Amino acid sequence: MKFGKVLFAAAAATAMSTAAQAGTLDDVKAKGFLQCGVATPLPGFAAPNAQNEWEGLDVDVCRAVAAAVFGDASKAKYTPTTSKERFTVLQAGEVDMLSRNTTWTFSRDVNLGFEFTGVNYYDGQGFMVNKSLGVSSATELDGASVCVQTGTTTELNLADYFRSKGMSYETVPVATAEEGAKVYDEGRCDVYTTDASGLYSLRSTLSVPADQIVLPEIISKEPLGPLVRHGDQQWGDISRWSLNAMIIAEELGVTSANVDEMLSSENPEILRLLGAEGNMGEQLGLDAKWAYNIVKQVGNYGESFKRNLTDSLNIERGINAQWKDGGLLYAPPMR
Amino acid sequence: MSAETAQNARGSGGASLLSDQRFRSLFFQALVIGLFGAFLLFIILNTATNIEKRGISTGFDFLAAPAGYDIAISPFFEFKATDTHGTVFWVGLLNTLMVSIMGILAATILGVVLGVLRLSPNWLISRIVYCYVEVTRNVPLLLQILLWYSIFLGLPSVRQSISIWDTFILNQRGLIVPEPIPTDGFMLVPICLVIAIVGSFIFSKWAHKKQDETGKIYPVLMTSIMSIIGLPTLAFIVTGFPLDFAYPELKGFNFQGGLSIKPEFTALWFALTLYTAAFIAETVRSGIQSVSHGQTEAAEALGLKPSWTMRLVILPQALRVIIPPMTSQYLNLTKNSSLAVAIGYPDIVQSFGGVTLNQTGQAIEVIFITMLVYLTISLVISAIMNWYNSRVRLVER
Repeated sequence: MKFGKVLFAAAAATAMSTAAQAGTLDDVKAKGFLQCGVATPLPGFAAPNAQNEWEGLDVDVCRAVAAAVFGDASKAKYTPTTSKERFTVLQAGEVDMLSRNTTWTFSRDVNLGFEFTGVNYYDGQGFMVNKSLGVSSATELDGASVCVQTGTTTELNLADYFRSKGMSYETVPVATAEEGAKVYDEGRCDVYTTDASGLYSLRSTLSVPADQIVLPEIISKEPLGPLVRHGDQQWGDISRWSLNAMIIAEELGVTSANVDEMLSSENPEILRLLGAEGNMGEQLGLDAKWAYNIVKQVGNYGESFKRNLTDSLNIERGINAQWKDGGLLYAPPMR
Repeated sequence: MSAETAQNARGSGGASLLSDQRFRSLFFQALVIGLFGAFLLFIILNTATNIEKRGISTGFDFLAAPAGYDIAISPFFEFKATDTHGTVFWVGLLNTLMVSIMGILAATILGVVLGVLRLSPNWLISRIVYCYVEVTRNVPLLLQILLWYSIFLGLPSVRQSISIWDTFILNQRGLIVPEPIPTDGFMLVPICLVIAIVGSFIFSKWAHKKQDETGKIYPVLMTSIMSIIGLPTLAFIVTGFPLDFAYPELKGFNFQGGLSIKPEFTALWFALTLYTAAFIAETVRSGIQSVSHGQTEAAEALGLKPSWTMRLVILPQALRVIIPPMTSQYLNLTKNSSLAVAIGYPDIVQSFGGVTLNQTGQAIEVIFITMLVYLTISLVISAIMNWYNSRVRLVER
């Protein structure tokens, strides 16, 4: 009896909270644009270009969702967020989703009330030092001053790593990557630590990039991906499958250049992806051409990676290659 | 007739109640309080529902969880990453108090000196101070903090450190001074210091009383200074210099050993001090000018020395004008210290209100505690200053 009551109360609460939370898609449609939280400029992931348009790997996820929802990738607006304010901004509903090289962790997924909807970059934390210090391994960093962005998992990994190696260090907290670059350039710290991708990105903004080396040690797993508020499954699905569509498109060889030809492909999986067969779009509450629009306007994952990371920052695909090529990218099948 | 009016009044009911001034004022006050209460209730309930809906966990349990990150500046006790977020709170609070108290002391001394110099008959000195005041108080404090920080970062790097007798090291990572390490018998020195301070206090009370009774003046200030400096020094010599020093040494990346005063602290302290001193200088100047010149002339006519004129005639009257705005300046300085976040000085906003908030995601609890801290500090400063103000204010009968 008592158990039944509790169960009923729980069910009612769940139903209510779902009802209250559902409808991000409707809200976004009514607004006419997608509000997307991105990084404070971090070249390659999210930064405004010369025409003041945002671009980058993370920005492309936002554009993909906008393309899926509106059929127009340009209907996304961007809110640059510091590592410190990003979660509050999402929780408070100021942005509809966050695509801001954010590490998927247990506590963020469970405790903060978020839902990670995939991984768009597999990263790991590394260290960058000036060549003149003559350091070749992270194990030689005892006593160093380390610049680190506050409020990140990086900060925690750093403490763990030095503690486990029995080394001491002085932490120099910085709020943004830009500020960090300035302080590091001035020499306030010997070492800059963040995700390896971030190090390459940061290096490109320093006064003499060639003087800097990234040490070989990678001390953590940093799966970076987009996230939405917990409780709106439909919106979560849209975000998850927009990213998956980009990954699957690459796997199937569908690119922004050949997507129109692919509409008459023989491969049923491609036809399902592009909306020529089945009703996947309808099931998501979207247009049948949702994934077609993503690939057409944003490109597949490989194109996005090459455009944003390989061409400008010389970042190799590495573990971010498709699973067929020995990487970790493995999207569930589209059926 | 009068009975009729009374009946009329009763007959017209509500309208007449509203025209009753006492009732009306009560009614509107109740209305305002009611609306305010309803507003508060709405905010609290709205927050609670939204937290519930978004599945955000609440409560203060996170204070007992390990922080997991390091804090570079914790001068009062050693902080390790394994310590809790509750400990982070104390580190942050002490850092805020440290920079605020040192800022208030330095700004007061500098401000009073500048305020007096501003009134100097010397044209050049008064003009220089005037320029200083106008420039400093008209440039935003945040810019000044960043300016000082860049200046300190512009100092030589670790390997090119400026070294004075290998004892004091100055580089862009701070000023490193030898760390005093007390050995056996050192405790006598602080004990003597306390004895000297208490003794001076009693002596000054006694001297005042004697002066009131007999008119004889004792050299209170000199005696106090001599004993406060002399007694501990004597104890230090008698116990055979029980103090060792740890000297800084370049090892690897940084200097090890010694006390390191970080540029983040110094930049914040300098900026807060110089900025607030400009305001205090103006307050002091206005306070001194509020005492009419006739008072000075009268004091001179009585044959008082100029220093006595200042100390016994002008300052007591000027203080009445100076103290209330000074309180505001102290409050401002304390609250402005939260700009520390711009340069990464781990005060309460940067460490507890920033990093802890972000690592735990408990925004409401953390912001609530942080606000409470500033409120408490401000109220304490206000209380102290009000107490002081009530001591120096004009006694009216």
